Amino acid sequence: MDITTTYLGLKLKNPIVPSASPLSYTLDSMKQLEDAGAAAIVMYSLFEEQIAHERSELLHYLSHGTESYAEALSYFPDVQQYNLGPDDYLEHIQSAKKSLAIPIIGSLNGVSVGGWNEYAKKIEEAGADAIELNIYYIPTDLNVSGAEIEKKYLEVLQAIKQTVKIPIAVKLSPFFSALANIAKKFDQAGANGLVLFNRFYQPDIDLETLEVQPNVILSTPNAMRLPMRWIAILHGKIKASLAATSGIHTAEDVLKMLMAGADVTMMCSALLKHGPEQITKVLRDLENWMTENEYVSVQQMKGSMSQKAVADPAAFERANYMKSLHSYK
Amino acid sequence: MNTKTKRQMVTIDGNEAAAYVAHKCNEVIAIYPITPSSPMGEWSDEWSALGKKNLWGTIPQVIEMQSEGGAAGAVHGALQTGALSTTFTSAQGLLLMIPNMFKIAGELTPTVFHIAARTVATHALSIFGDHSDVMSVRSTGWAMLSSNSIQEIMDFALISQAATLESRIPFLHFFDGFRSSHEVMKIELLNEEDMRAMLDDELIHAHRERAMSPDHPVLRGTAQNPDVFFQARETVNPYYLTCPGIVEKAMRNFEKIAGRKYELFQYVGAPDAERIIIMMGSAAETTQETVEYLTPKGEKIGIIKVRLYRPFSAEHFINAIPKSVKSIAVLDRTKEPGAFGEPLYTDVVSVMSELFMNGKLPLTSFPKIIGGRYGLSSKEFTPAMVKGVFDEMKKPQPMNHFTVGILDDVSNTSITYDPTFATEPDDVVRAVFFGLGADGTVSANKNSIKIIGEDTDFYGQGYFVYDSKKSGATTISHLRFGPRQIHSTYLIEKASFVACHQWFFLEKYDVLKYAVPGATFLLNSIYGPNEVWDKLPRHIQKELIEKKMKFYVIDAYDVARKTDMGTRINTIMQTCFFAISGVLPKDEAIASIKNSIEKTYGKKGIDIVKQNFEAVDQTLANLFEVKIPDKVTSKIEMPPPVSEKAPEYVKNVLAKIITGDGDTLPVSAMPIDGTFPISTAQWEKRNIALEIPVWIPDICIQCNKCIMVCPHAAIRVKVYETKWLKKAPKTFLSMDYKGTEYKGMKYTIQVAPEDCTECGLCVDVCPAKSKSEARVKSINMKPQPPIREQERINYDFFLQIPDVDRRTVKIDTIKGSQFLRPLFEYSGACAGCGETPYVKLVTQLFGDRTIIANATGCSSIYGGNLPTTPYCVDENGRGPTWSNSLFEDNAEFGLGMRLTIDKHNEMAKELVQKLSANIGGQLVNGLLNANQSDEAGIYEQRERVKILKEKLSSLNSSEAKSLLSICDNLVKKSIWIVGGDGWAYDIGYGGLDHVLASGRNVNLLVLDTEVYSNTGGQMSKATSRSAIAKFAASGKSTAKKDLGMLAMAYGNVYVASIAMGANDLQTLRAIIEAEAYDGPSLIIAYSHCIAHGINMTKGMQNQKLAVETGYFPLYRYNPMLVTEGKNPLKLDSKAPSKPLKEFTSLETRFFMLEKSYPARAKELSVLAQKDVNIRWKIYEHLARTDDSENKKS
Repeated sequence: MDITTTYLGLKLKNPIVPSASPLSYTLDSMKQLEDAGAAAIVMYSLFEEQIAHERSELLHYLSHGTESYAEALSYFPDVQQYNLGPDDYLEHIQSAKKSLAIPIIGSLNGVSVGGWNEYAKKIEEAGADAIELNIYYIPTDLNVSGAEIEKKYLEVLQAIKQTVKIPIAVKLSPFFSALANIAKKFDQAGANGLVLFNRFYQPDIDLETLEVQPNVILSTPNAMRLPMRWIAILHGKIKASLAATSGIHTAEDVLKMLMAGADVTMMCSALLKHGPEQITKVLRDLENWMTENEYVSVQQMKGSMSQKAVADPAAFERANYMKSLHSYK
Repeated sequence: MNTKTKRQMVTIDGNEAAAYVAHKCNEVIAIYPITPSSPMGEWSDEWSALGKKNLWGTIPQVIEMQSEGGAAGAVHGALQTGALSTTFTSAQGLLLMIPNMFKIAGELTPTVFHIAARTVATHALSIFGDHSDVMSVRSTGWAMLSSNSIQEIMDFALISQAATLESRIPFLHFFDGFRSSHEVMKIELLNEEDMRAMLDDELIHAHRERAMSPDHPVLRGTAQNPDVFFQARETVNPYYLTCPGIVEKAMRNFEKIAGRKYELFQYVGAPDAERIIIMMGSAAETTQETVEYLTPKGEKIGIIKVRLYRPFSAEHFINAIPKSVKSIAVLDRTKEPGAFGEPLYTDVVSVMSELFMNGKLPLTSFPKIIGGRYGLSSKEFTPAMVKGVFDEMKKPQPMNHFTVGILDDVSNTSITYDPTFATEPDDVVRAVFFGLGADGTVSANKNSIKIIGEDTDFYGQGYFVYDSKKSGATTISHLRFGPRQIHSTYLIEKASFVACHQWFFLEKYDVLKYAVPGATFLLNSIYGPNEVWDKLPRHIQKELIEKKMKFYVIDAYDVARKTDMGTRINTIMQTCFFAISGVLPKDEAIASIKNSIEKTYGKKGIDIVKQNFEAVDQTLANLFEVKIPDKVTSKIEMPPPVSEKAPEYVKNVLAKIITGDGDTLPVSAMPIDGTFPISTAQWEKRNIALEIPVWIPDICIQCNKCIMVCPHAAIRVKVYETKWLKKAPKTFLSMDYKGTEYKGMKYTIQVAPEDCTECGLCVDVCPAKSKSEARVKSINMKPQPPIREQERINYDFFLQIPDVDRRTVKIDTIKGSQFLRPLFEYSGACAGCGETPYVKLVTQLFGDRTIIANATGCSSIYGGNLPTTPYCVDENGRGPTWSNSLFEDNAEFGLGMRLTIDKHNEMAKELVQKLSANIGGQLVNGLLNANQSDEAGIYEQRERVKILKEKLSSLNSSEAKSLLSICDNLVKKSIWIVGGDGWAYDIGYGGLDHVLASGRNVNLLVLDTEVYSNTGGQMSKATSRSAIAKFAASGKSTAKKDLGMLAMAYGNVYVASIAMGANDLQTLRAIIEAEAYDGPSLIIAYSHCIAHGINMTKGMQNQKLAVETGYFPLYRYNPMLVTEGKNPLKLDSKAPSKPLKEFTSLETRFFMLEKSYPARAKELSVLAQKDVNIRWKIYEHLARTDDSENKKS
């Protein structure tokens, strides 16, 4: 049985890839993921904004209160050398490449064209096999239109494509008004893959303190419906690879995504909950199911249930929504 | 000048110059922080942390000790075992080294100690410079070499190193604290080749050969007896006799190497001088400048700069004096009360007399010799004063034992001079800048000197005058640029450029008094070139017109905002200076600024460089010249520095210090013994807050937390009868009191608008939020200017409402305790200080019967630095009485106070009994058996003492009089021994330990900031593992000392670990229990601090996280519980619920280690987490342990 797949032009031993998460913080846990069977690893995201923030905070506090009072003209030694860039992240990629055999995909979350470019180049130099651009931006400005945002993203992608040679995946949010169109535009702009979808962590309200608090809720299998629909819709219509992420917990989830047209399936919540060994279980179940149902390869089932391939393409469209509501009644 | 070697020119201060040579020439460096010498230790530690090597290719080992005494001991040991070893210190620190210095000299051990000479504390502490410290050690047998300028500091550091190795006499290399240690100057950097050429390796080997080693063992440090000690002491004489020759040889050698010529006694002036001044230190530069100004005008004068003061070479001295001299003035920068004369004066008189007696005086006649004092505690010494001294010498009967620079109207010692006399040449650009500590003015100016020093052939000099306040501090920068080395070691009085970086200074200082006619004035103003004129105070308009000045404005904060610079206006104001001062061609200057920005920020990120570049460009576009009208039109006058209602002493004396005119106060204005009135901070309305808290009663839940956390007592609460509202101002807010204790009464929270420092702690802790708009709390920060006047009136009214009767207050609740009036208010501590809320709480609870012994440190500075003190009195005139002895002895100092109180209490009781017939049985019984465990009991005892005093005043016996003088001690007194962790964990630990062991009833409050905050954040033993601090530049590698555990080991010490931001109630109860405990109590109070590199507004939140992560566990160990058969240790915080990282990631002191030494950070953070886990387990175990053993006993 052949469960290999190709994602971003990279030949992968199976279709399971842990997505960007704290599981890639240490070499140890990355090694565990590899041992459990992960076909590649998407690194946790490098946040340009966070680097800039840390840098300005550090500079602020190192000078805060200085040169005011004769006995304490400063409060910290001048250690001269500060590692204020993404050096840790890049070193981590380098050591992961040395210790692991599977491909390593760097993940980058930026805010400015300059920042995206600079860091993408560095990630490539550190040895990453590919880069995932994590577009994690909440457009709250009432004066910024969807078209402007799309334009900005495309510019970023084009700029990065000119800067680096390794494949680039774009991790999208589901909140584009014309998702199919923007997918096509990313495809045309040179994206080697699209990752559907980014899960925004939605804040919560604390009734005790009356404060808005970030509150991470792990995904449930229900969350996979949204990416599955869009993968099914896009499969076969664009050149870019498709990666499914959100709510993939079991072999059944993987199968469904592959059939919808995903080239790889990305897991996070299930691994955080059950540990890296969940990959081993999913792979075993996947192979068992394929054996029982006489599938010979992942390639064979890929897209077999995509919009193009199913008997009722409208099932993936709006009509389907009306129907489901009726069926609920 | 030797032109063969082109050395690098650098712009550095004196401390860096000394440390540079010391670090290159030593192997072991033992350090301890003390102003103004701390930076020498800091440089050494930083350089070693960065791997910088000494001349012999090894990184010097730097170790911080627990005190200067410890540093001297460590150096002594290192020297005895053959290391090249040094230390740095000042003032009291040097005094603590004396015992070891006698030993080191007695054993003929070569070393150089570098001293930033500072005033020794007498009637008051002073951090500033004079020679009282170095003069105190002249009997130790050390050679003393004086440097007068930054270049000399570097040169003499090396010369003394060479001379000590050859002579075997240890050297004290000293220079003036602040004036030289902190003056920034362009100098020539000696290179390693120079140093190598000066130091003979054979002499180093000889030093090592003399060292102790079990391979060739010796005995040193014997005890000797009357038979031989004397003879042994005389063996060293030949070494002292040859020492001056050795120093002279080193100076000759140095001249060959570096080209600068030095003499043991260096004469400058007319070859045929008749009047000369003899002196040493930085002021000699000013005297030289004056001599060089006056001699071409025909004055026959000169100066002898004493360089090698000990061993004093009569031969070299007399050879330096021109034979024509008829009159000598010897100037000492020290005072020896009771001595015939000051030390240098008596030395000169002795030497001259001896030479005369022996017929060896080469002068035509024995000259007149007068001695004078100048410059104590960095008092200015100007060319005008120098001329005054020379003029005095012309008189037939010149004054001897005079003072210069002050008006002594008590003993009439001061000589007069013409203050308008000046010597500064026109080709020196002189600029004065008024800045706010937080606006980066000083950094920008230091940078400008570097730019000019390094990019041009000009010489630059910078000296900076700082504030005694830590919040809203004013800085005044004095910068000179000129074509020659600058010898002007005094503040600029006549500037060609004056910059005022904050508008509000215009109403506070006469900034233009510095400006010469035609000078340029730069003002940071929100008003543009067309509107600014009408907004200026009258005196500014007048001076601009009369002096025909040029006037420029820029809205620097607006440019900063628009270029994402936040509130840092340093780059902007610096650009303005270069653009209009003409010190460099404009384009060249701008290019240099940009170049410097790149150098400074290049490694820190391209975006920061771009931001600064943008700020530079925008500055040029927003800098405008203002056309100065012909007439003064303004009606805005400078407000008086203090209110008209202030006491006369405040108006006449303290107000002068507040406005920066303290120099004009005569001797008679000062108290004779350093005693000052309290309750004075209230008169210094500083108005430093741009925003202040505003109360919304509708939302308030009356928890009083805001009152408790306020570091400055600038937000107050009162509960009072409704009738008081009758005369309330219209905008005065009140609400019904919620609760049963004061049912029917009114409640008001009121802000002191002119005293608030805008820290925001009160708003941060306020738990009450609007039900319709959650961001609105019961108190919210609002702009101060529009409501200043209204709230000032409201606050005045609020203060007139009587305080609640202390007897009715539930003091063991947060709400109740905060109705007690703070007797510590409006201190100059940092905005958001983590220490002062504890101090304030103590004064609320016990202030009317408290005596405070305060260790030197932040708490002694915000507690007792002139002009004003935050300690104050209640409506009965009672309040804390406060004193600071030293840094190292505070526990003992406080214990002494306890002993007096106890003794006088005992004596009073004895006398009451003796006089019982006169006093009356019931009163006697009441007085002797009073229960003073609560406010009511104390009140009653005070009433009894009042009656007793009335009775005693009618009695005439000596016993009655004696009782009258001490009977106040029948009322319970509370001794508080307050200090920081530097005192408690390090320098004062021995004493603290002894006081705890004494069993006496004292309360030790340790304000634990985990660093020496006052001297700039040096590591103490309270510093936690993995924190970066000065002297721990690569992160502290060992765990925090568990002071509480050590104290608990005594069993009879009350110990509490508290953190107000984590558990305010536990804090309150611990302080009450500690005071109530009739024995020693130790409270370790976690105090967030500006030295942690945190958002001070959220300081209390940091405290909470410190406790939640187990970083700072809360507990109380109450020995009284043992008598009840209970475990005395009660843990008041829960087991760590969060990883340590959650706390440490909020604080720069930890965070910067990750960013500077990532691998070490990882390693240390794992260990730090283990420290937390292990400590918690131990405490948990101890708190659980069954105390049945105690039960049985």
